[in-house]
Amino acid sequence: MVKVRGVSKQYGGKKVVDNVSVDIAEGKITSFIGPNGAGKSTLMSMISRLITKDAGEIVIGGTEIGSWKSNELAKKISILKQSNHINIRLTVKDLVSFGRFPYSQGKLTKEDMKYVDEAIAYMELEPMKDKFLDELSGGQKQRAFIAMVIAQNTEYVLLDEPLNNLDMKHSVQIMKVLRRLVDELGKTVVLVIHDINFASCYSDYIVALKDGKIVKEGTTDEIMDPAVLKEVYDMDIPIENIGGNKICVYFT
Amino acid sequence: MKKTYLIIALIVLSVVSLLIGAKTTSLTALLRFDPEQWELLRISRFPRLISIIIAGVSMSIVGLIMQQLTRNKFVSPTTAGTMDSAGFGIMVSMLLFASAGPLGKIAVAFVFSLLGTFIFMRILDKVKYKDSIFIPLVGLMFGGIVSSATTFFAYKYDLIQSMNAWLFGDFSMIMQGRYELLYISVPLVALSYFYANKFTVAGMGEEFSVNLGLNYKQIVNIGLFIVALVTSVVVLTVGSIPFIGLIVPNLVTIFQGDNLKNNLSHTALLGAVFVLACDILGRLIIYPYEVPIGLTVGVIGSGIFLYLLMRRKTYEH
Repeated sequence: MVKVRGVSKQYGGKKVVDNVSVDIAEGKITSFIGPNGAGKSTLMSMISRLITKDAGEIVIGGTEIGSWKSNELAKKISILKQSNHINIRLTVKDLVSFGRFPYSQGKLTKEDMKYVDEAIAYMELEPMKDKFLDELSGGQKQRAFIAMVIAQNTEYVLLDEPLNNLDMKHSVQIMKVLRRLVDELGKTVVLVIHDINFASCYSDYIVALKDGKIVKEGTTDEIMDPAVLKEVYDMDIPIENIGGNKICVYFT
Repeated sequence: MKKTYLIIALIVLSVVSLLIGAKTTSLTALLRFDPEQWELLRISRFPRLISIIIAGVSMSIVGLIMQQLTRNKFVSPTTAGTMDSAGFGIMVSMLLFASAGPLGKIAVAFVFSLLGTFIFMRILDKVKYKDSIFIPLVGLMFGGIVSSATTFFAYKYDLIQSMNAWLFGDFSMIMQGRYELLYISVPLVALSYFYANKFTVAGMGEEFSVNLGLNYKQIVNIGLFIVALVTSVVVLTVGSIPFIGLIVPNLVTIFQGDNLKNNLSHTALLGAVFVLACDILGRLIIYPYEVPIGLTVGVIGSGIFLYLLMRRKTYEH
């Protein structure tokens, strides 16, 4: 269980995240949505201890985040950020193997290799496992990083804008994989996502943020409501029901 | 690049290195156990060979570590001010601790090169414009400032000549009793094998490291510690050999990628082979005199450096 209680963060006097409290539901996909500068990424970075919080409490598995040993926490929660995609020439297999780092410190056991092979198979990366990352397409690269997180085998998987720079086909592919992670492997997935329709089609819960505060949180059905979205995004967003999904038609 | 080829090249070049020099030696004489020739080998040729190998190996490895930690292919002890800072430290030790033994000198040089490297890393943090070529330029400028300070004080206290003698990379003065400090690098190189995986993870950035539960700052500091100490030891015993830490690791990673664990042995072997080849060239080119290693490596190394710059598109996003 991840509990966020009264968490704040400010940069240069401006509160980016302001007294936010939220519970992340187990075994579900929760999406953080909101306009630019709403504090979604900052909140996610605090939950995953990448940045420190100024106030409040974040409790993961009954223990405050500051009391966790970093290495132990790495077995419980993982985060993938767009900025993690640095230009390093590793093979897919090497990258995925580093997902086992919290367990093995780099000296892979047979068991570690089993997790690595499974993660590669799960993301259908076998044909390219010996290729360097810079030889892959954007979608393949993103799958390789997700495979690394799968090998890390954490209860909680946090992804900051996982669809950034991906075309439609690869975006759908990634979202389906995340859905499977939840449905088949019982993970808890938290996303920061910009495309409201992807959030609508794939999330169980949505947390809508604006100016560092939570505007509303609830099931996808509750949040996908013209009145709520108007408050979050400051624009009229008609919602159509297409094929059982609520789709926002806001383009014109 | 096959490891076996490198090993064969290393063995062949080592034998050549033992046999050439102002005083001729021949395999047949050695096989007859000519005592005079063996004595020559023992006090001069072997020390020279060993110091070439250790210097080549360790400077290449620390270059590799630096490039991994800074995520920049053009950062090395030459292009980050580390060598110049070590030189400044040597000047300080000659000036203020003239009576200090070699270990004392190394300690002072080490403190300064560590300090210089940390200053460079601080600058790196502050620089917003992270173009891959801009960073080493900043490093070269920083190194230039440090070495001009060194020259200023050396000039003022009449140390220019001895400073130049110290700092210029030269194996011709290596003899038994004058190179043994280089052995300090051996355990440090071994340590880099031990930390290889951690350096690779750290090379993927702070957030990436934190996600995997790695203590990022600690690992970076350990890496810089190894870099500064090895550089000080080499500069003090052999003098500064420019560009090795830059070009050898680059030649290896072009073929092998950036997983440090897979690159260490290749880098070590290629470093030894490269310095050995340059040294042999320098000894033959105006035989029986010789061109100091700093010059040979500088000329060949800067040529390869230019080539790497031309093909730097490979490293860009």
